[in-house]
Amino acid sequence: MSQEAHRREPEELLARVLGPTEPELSCEQCFAELDRYVELTLAGGGADTRLPGMRAHLDGCPACAEDFRSLRDLVAAEGGPS
Amino acid sequence: MTMPVESQAEPIPTPVDAASQLWLRRLSAEGAEREAAVAKLHALLLRAARFEIGRRGGRSTHLRAEDHEDLAQQSADDALLAVLAKLDDFRGESRFTTWAYKFALLEAGVKARRGAWQGREIPLEAEAWNAFADTAVSAGRGAEDAELFGALREEIESALSERQREVLVAVTLNDVPIDALAERLGSSRGALYKVLHDARRKLRAALAERGFSIATQREEEP
Repeated sequence: MSQEAHRREPEELLARVLGPTEPELSCEQCFAELDRYVELTLAGGGADTRLPGMRAHLDGCPACAEDFRSLRDLVAAEGGPS
Repeated sequence: MTMPVESQAEPIPTPVDAASQLWLRRLSAEGAEREAAVAKLHALLLRAARFEIGRRGGRSTHLRAEDHEDLAQQSADDALLAVLAKLDDFRGESRFTTWAYKFALLEAGVKARRGAWQGREIPLEAEAWNAFADTAVSAGRGAEDAELFGALREEIESALSERQREVLVAVTLNDVPIDALAERLGSSRGALYKVLHDARRKLRAALAERGFSIATQREEEP
């Protein structure tokens, strides 16, 4: 049992266990769209409107969310999408 | 997975940018031009892998400094193979470099997560249930929350299959990375996430049937 789990607020624990309520992409779909989503996010280009289901998946899948943050931060560090 | 959003994603009219076109042309060439492009691509992937391993820093305490570099090199090698095998999948919806980076970040992230759990017992059941009680008590929550968490615990025990319960408890309560769990169970991230998704849907339905309102809070940062 992780110590972190003990420290979670009830709302956070519920969100982790029950996951997003909206329709969401699968991990495979998420990976396929990740580069586009990151560039749209960094460009402020309505990423969630153009890729419905991505945000819900990132809320529900810690591993894909970590991949998203890594790619976003790397692309941003290199000057962002042109 | 019953994730009915696939068809909603917009088809993309995509003029591939000039730099990305150049990457594709050189990687599709022959001889010295291709070799040079492949070497340049490997360097780019290695930079991404080092970035990922570097940002994980303190979370990779199981690794020595030289292991970090080995991990980055392995990740770049594996990502290079993946990128070259999937060149035809590049649709130009992002820059080529952004598209390629994601393969290196995935390889490095998965290897690091799995490595961190190597040799450790993965808690699949254990005392995870105590998290509910502890959380409610420590937050000084009322009877309503206690009832909700009690019902959730009952439904996890009774409504889910053994596999669903294992995955849900390990990933959401015990913080086991899904990639580490997938390796241990001989599965994949995508397959286990589908199990988790189905388990969550079943739990939400069961709680709703018992009269609980279960809208969950969205975190600002995914």
